[in-house]
Amino acid sequence: MSPRPGFVLDVDRSTPPTLFWHGEGFRLEKLPEGSRVVYPPEPHTAIPDPRHAIRQALHHPLGDALPLPEQLRPGMRLTIAFDDVSLPLPPMRRPDVRQLVIEEVLEMAATAGVDDVVLVAALALHRRMTDDELRHALGERVFDAFAPHGLLLQHDAEDPTGVVHLGVTDTGEDVEINKRAAESDLVVYVNINLVAMDGGHKSVATGLASYRSIRHHHNVATMRASRSFMDQHHSELHSSNWRMGRHIAKSGVKIFQIETTLNTDTFPNQFRFLQRREWEWSLKDRASYAAVSRATAAAPERMTRSIFHSIRSPHAMSSVQAGEVEAVHAATTRNVYAQQLVEVDGQTDILTLGLPYICPYNVDSIMNPILVACLGLGYFFNMYRGKPLVREGGVLIMSHPTPWSFHPVHHPSYVDFFEEVLAETTDPVEIEARFEKSYATDPWYVHLYRTSYAYHGVHPFYMWYWCAHALEHLGSVIVVGGNRSAVRRLGFKPASTMADALEMAEDVVGPSPTLTHLHSPPLAMADVR
Amino acid sequence: MKALLFERNLPRFAASRLIAAAGSGKGAGVGPLRLTDVDEPELPGPGWHRVRPLLSGICGSDLALLDGKSSRYFEPLVSFPFVPGHEIVGVVEGGPRDGERVAVEAVLHCAVRGIDPVCPSCATGRTEDCEMIAAGDLPPGLQTGYCAATGGGWSGMLVAHDRQLFGVPEGLDDDAAVMIEPTACALHAATGVIASVAAARLRDAIDDERPSVVAVVGAGTLGLCTIAALNRLRRSPGAPPLTLIVIAKHPHQERLARMLGADRVAPPSELSRAVRRATRTHQIPPAGGAVSVRGTHRLAGGADVIVDCAASPSSFTDALSAVRPRGHVVLVGMPGPARVDLAPLWHREITLSGAYAYGTERLDALFGAWHEAGHEDVQGQAGLTPQDRPRTFALAAEVVADAGLGRLVSARYAIDRFEDAVAHAGSAGRRGAVKIVFDLRRRPGARRTAATRAAAAGSQPGRAAGAPQGDTPRGQGAQL
Repeated sequence: MSPRPGFVLDVDRSTPPTLFWHGEGFRLEKLPEGSRVVYPPEPHTAIPDPRHAIRQALHHPLGDALPLPEQLRPGMRLTIAFDDVSLPLPPMRRPDVRQLVIEEVLEMAATAGVDDVVLVAALALHRRMTDDELRHALGERVFDAFAPHGLLLQHDAEDPTGVVHLGVTDTGEDVEINKRAAESDLVVYVNINLVAMDGGHKSVATGLASYRSIRHHHNVATMRASRSFMDQHHSELHSSNWRMGRHIAKSGVKIFQIETTLNTDTFPNQFRFLQRREWEWSLKDRASYAAVSRATAAAPERMTRSIFHSIRSPHAMSSVQAGEVEAVHAATTRNVYAQQLVEVDGQTDILTLGLPYICPYNVDSIMNPILVACLGLGYFFNMYRGKPLVREGGVLIMSHPTPWSFHPVHHPSYVDFFEEVLAETTDPVEIEARFEKSYATDPWYVHLYRTSYAYHGVHPFYMWYWCAHALEHLGSVIVVGGNRSAVRRLGFKPASTMADALEMAEDVVGPSPTLTHLHSPPLAMADVR
Repeated sequence: MKALLFERNLPRFAASRLIAAAGSGKGAGVGPLRLTDVDEPELPGPGWHRVRPLLSGICGSDLALLDGKSSRYFEPLVSFPFVPGHEIVGVVEGGPRDGERVAVEAVLHCAVRGIDPVCPSCATGRTEDCEMIAAGDLPPGLQTGYCAATGGGWSGMLVAHDRQLFGVPEGLDDDAAVMIEPTACALHAATGVIASVAAARLRDAIDDERPSVVAVVGAGTLGLCTIAALNRLRRSPGAPPLTLIVIAKHPHQERLARMLGADRVAPPSELSRAVRRATRTHQIPPAGGAVSVRGTHRLAGGADVIVDCAASPSSFTDALSAVRPRGHVVLVGMPGPARVDLAPLWHREITLSGAYAYGTERLDALFGAWHEAGHEDVQGQAGLTPQDRPRTFALAAEVVADAGLGRLVSARYAIDRFEDAVAHAGSAGRRGAVKIVFDLRRRPGARRTAATRAAAAGSQPGRAAGAPQGDTPRGQGAQL
């Protein structure tokens, strides 16, 4: 039986309460009659033999690329770059799709007699991966074959000898990428495309780039001109990356892109209720919900966090395509949209979201307030094609505990950003002008990024810029059940209950507003007509 | 007359110390301080005046005394019984200055004590460093408010030498005038800070564009006044560029610190992180541990100067962690006995100094080093000559007016409510207050001069800390 497509539910008297993520917990909210709930399509069918599918993709590339085996030869320099720990979410069960792909590529390289092979984690300005995370992503065999010999690298955007400037694009954007990649005969990029924003030229032009280069598209103007950045053809973020990608290609860097999509089978059995439609919950689902809710409410915060972050997702590969970057990405995007798009008729006055415990930047870490803002206003708000799900001047209501809490190792500059920058202003334009350079070039943050497991000093700025389009568009942002001080520091309004939040929202959008809830998990993207 | 008298009484001293463990100021009722009838103090000799206090503040050092936490170092420098109160605005009664509204310079130095020739410190204008404070015509007492012969501000009358009286400029109301004394302490510290920064910039050849980082720890009365003073001094022509970080515990302190000129305000747990951000230095990870963003860290570099207005062992320890090698830690708050690891002081060649009271300031020293480095004649621009040694009080009055420091007076109490007043002062931060004062203006039968009436009309009893003060005309004295 093929998976059911997504749909929009009109809430009536008989509709059961709707499940909201609430960080490392949940809320069941009775939405007003007449509200709409956008349910994503059911998870697509997994490819039954992923290794075979990968081999097929490598032998039958898209676009004008030659089959991978034909591009491999003895004596060549081969660099295999791969997406970092920010994908997929939650981390998937072993074997990770990156492992499957890289093993196939290495097999072909070995057959072709390629000796000079280096693996590079495409961190961009993200934190370095731990050995455990690398083992998980690549598998023990690959890790043990490369890491001990110094052939498993993590891209260092701040290594002056490790990046190379390839010139500027037609619009003056610096293109500076990983030197090993730039000087290789072939770069094979192994991607996981969880949302439509990922992949394409962004893989190399961002993942292997330096701050000098990334700053050209990770800025307020670009983010405000990306409507949305989940829709490549209306996204300045992507336009900039595409210009850079083409410039990289023109500079002689040869890239063989391998992109994979995963289905939205996101949570294991004990959390299966999360991705079922509420009125279809079985007795077992209800029992699971009750048990998990009670346990998370009773357990200490640290323990709850540890439980949730130990979840390994049963995600399965739903497609793989390889070859020339743009041709590959066009196919990938089609597959992502097929899995996530739901047609929605018209905008809403109030958009509600339940925010989970995880986003791309807090794997095995803490969802600090800046990441909460980014997840809600950056990611979920932008899960649209056409026009935003919420109308201009509308209200976004998010449910998350928003703790005033930061991971001491992963997010050092976030703490300062929260204490120093947001205490002064929440205006992205002012923040960018007054503070970005100082944080981006702070030697201590650079040191931690390079030698510890810290996100780059500028990273919290990017999280805030991610919110820039939503901040400009919305009339108000309300957080239900959040730490009141932290919520206020973000410039949002705290509410104790959804009822309070709705009442507050009416002050902004007027009486009898329309309300739409974007149900998650799994991921859904609204195609707003 | 009614006065609050502090007597040598060891059992009561012990009792206050015990109760103060539950909170500063709570032991006033059982301690050696009592409200009693005393004779007005006698004029010790020619040149002395009778001064009727109008407002008299409760200072941190008073609280330490009442809490039984003062250092025994001071024992030979006071004479019992004494009437506390050294932050005073009052009116002269009788004599050639009759009716003049004055702020009292509390230090009882050589000239006040009738010592001639004066000690070497007094001879150079550094009366705060007077070497004869237990000699001369008066019994021991480092200041008015600690001397048995002079009386103090917490009473209906005291005596003060002509050299102690500073005429309050027209336009400064009583709230503002009572802030002159603590502001003078702060200004004296601030001039030292600026001089230290200027010298260090010359010594270490620091780039003209790079601001020196000064952190003020504590945002009670003394901290806030220090911020105002530093902010005023750094705006003087030729002053070295400063980034001013303030560590404030309470929201109203944070707000006031920003209003008075702080560039960055952070809570106490954030000192080293705030300094690190401003200086862009590295942290030193704990031995065998990972770098953490929590708690106090040791920094590789640090602030150029840390002004410790809290003066607790923990604030001092934090200061040593956050000041740069060859940096300067200035104790402005009154410290007591402390157990502190001085290894960083030795290893990082940190200069530790105190900043006590006031006298006259050598403003040329502030900018002299700057001048020597080949910059413009900044002293000339500031209207100063190397010989200028203006009274700290004159400079402080200008800072009080300029920054509107009268707004720091949060509550006024009659002296018969001294227990409430001291308790309020002891918990001022938690209760959203800054400066608590005794209000002695409403004594039945008190004579009011025209100046007093005008000043009282300008003063608004009950105004909350931080309420707008409005523009206050500049007073007399030297201009900064």
